[in-house]
Amino acid sequence: MAEPRVMDIKDQPGFRSIAIICLLVLYIPVLILMIFSFNSGSLVTHWEGVTLNWYGSAFLNEEFHSAAKNTLIISVTATIVSTICATLAAIGMTRVKPWRGLAAAFMVINLPLMVPEIITAVATLSFFALIAGTFGLNFGIGNLIFAHTVFCIPFAYMPIRARLEDMDLTLEYAAADLYATPWNAFKRITLPLLVPGIMSGAALAFIVSFDDFTITQLVAGPGQTTLPLYIWNQIRRPMTPEINAISTILLLVSILFVSVSFLIARRRAK
Amino acid sequence: MTTATLSPSPLSQPPLSKAALFEAQAVKAGARRNRLLSLPALIIIGIFGVLPLIIICVYSFLVAAPYGGVQWHFSTDAYLNFLFQRDIFDDTLQFTPDFLIIYLRSFLFAVVTTIICLLLGFPTAYFMATRSPAQRNWWVLLITIPFWSNLLVRTLAIMFIIRDEGLINDALLALGVIDKPITMLYTNFAIQLGLLYAFLPFMVLPLYSSLEKLDFRLVEAAYDLYATRRQVLWRVIIPLSKPGIIAGCLLVFIPALGAYVTPLILGGGVHLMIGDLIAQQFGSGRNWPLGCAQALILMAAVLVALFFYVRNTSGKMQHG
Repeated sequence: MAEPRVMDIKDQPGFRSIAIICLLVLYIPVLILMIFSFNSGSLVTHWEGVTLNWYGSAFLNEEFHSAAKNTLIISVTATIVSTICATLAAIGMTRVKPWRGLAAAFMVINLPLMVPEIITAVATLSFFALIAGTFGLNFGIGNLIFAHTVFCIPFAYMPIRARLEDMDLTLEYAAADLYATPWNAFKRITLPLLVPGIMSGAALAFIVSFDDFTITQLVAGPGQTTLPLYIWNQIRRPMTPEINAISTILLLVSILFVSVSFLIARRRAK
Repeated sequence: MTTATLSPSPLSQPPLSKAALFEAQAVKAGARRNRLLSLPALIIIGIFGVLPLIIICVYSFLVAAPYGGVQWHFSTDAYLNFLFQRDIFDDTLQFTPDFLIIYLRSFLFAVVTTIICLLLGFPTAYFMATRSPAQRNWWVLLITIPFWSNLLVRTLAIMFIIRDEGLINDALLALGVIDKPITMLYTNFAIQLGLLYAFLPFMVLPLYSSLEKLDFRLVEAAYDLYATRRQVLWRVIIPLSKPGIIAGCLLVFIPALGAYVTPLILGGGVHLMIGDLIAQQFGSGRNWPLGCAQALILMAAVLVALFFYVRNTSGKMQHG
């Protein structure tokens, strides 16, 4: 036969269907949850008609307000602190002359990713209980901010480090050649080039802090309810579609930040 | 985020001597950076991340205080209590495998989750990696969104579907397939389903970033040598993507083993996993040393898995 058989060498039979099934499985439950936030009936599963009332009642709810306020205080502070720390650490640890303890430092930074969340949660709880018992120290909502900052650092660190690794360091060298002081070279060359990585890292840090349930639940003291904790409290009561509305808001925040982080990363790749 | 850059920068291509020169200059420039810059991050994680782990190591050798917390007396009771229970009357130790059974159950859940995620995730990741770059971006975004979405909310979504009054039962009742709802919530099935749903994206993304770098000339060569599709898959594609498979399995297995939210919501406190068991000791159980010991035993299991991973990946590097 002169004509080669027509086939795409990359194809494998059935893989397309499995991929589509995976996508449907991942999205259908969440989409259903979102759709029912518009249900005019008061049951979370029986559809009666379209309404926006549940969003209204969520926004008028005092408990929701205070949970949202706590969540924002914690995640914004944790994001800022962790992003600054992660940026500095990435600069001190990426493409530098290997210094003693570099490998250990790298392990410490990534430690929160390796330890299961429940262990971090009970360890942090024990820690704050100990310093409260021994020194009478209690940072209030600061406890949660510190706990969040710890696990936000590695998430912020990853994209910043990746960005530094891709960066053309000869630009810095050129700046130094042109008599730029190290600080000026950093401010005018390194930092602007690093901004996409920092933004991407900050977005990820914000999401993981905003969404955290396990650690927050164990560490939070009275009056420190965050949005995920608020949802958990609602689950244990008779549920109304208000919980769907609040869940939908949380999902939309995640989707927004993931997409931002993703778009920044993609622009970098181009 | 695993959106690896596709093309190497043109600067990595010049003749070797020139490349070495660039590299030397780059290192020189980098050396000016101060290693002290990493201190703030290390101090914060050191105090609020590492120190707490040391504290629970200490706590696990102490005695429980009656209302939660610890009393400072050395004791190995926490570890003994993991396997044995002291008889109230004659003070002998009796083998009580309750906790061990929960650990084994969790292990089984985690293994099944890993296997099913791999069976579903591999074809998905492969399909994604063989799309056009534009399509790939969409697929990666679509898998990345659930990866970062709130796990509590996603678990809640599963709960709404499998409840007695949930959509599945409603649909089956309406179709007349069943006449009373099938109980799915608060069963082992619910936990297993929840774990799969939670961790599927954790499998797909590392597999994808490994498959994306696959050299399809090797696939072509295999076809040239009269390999069938099946042979190409099993003898070329899968062996080449082994690092991604191991990374994906680990990323699913470790969080699945220590899962807390999923069994809490879908198991309803009836079917426990390690995560709930540990949390219970700090809540209603009021036995912090036991909880610390249980956490450390879980940590040991995780370290074994990580050790396995490091050994496998470093072996891979030696082969080139």
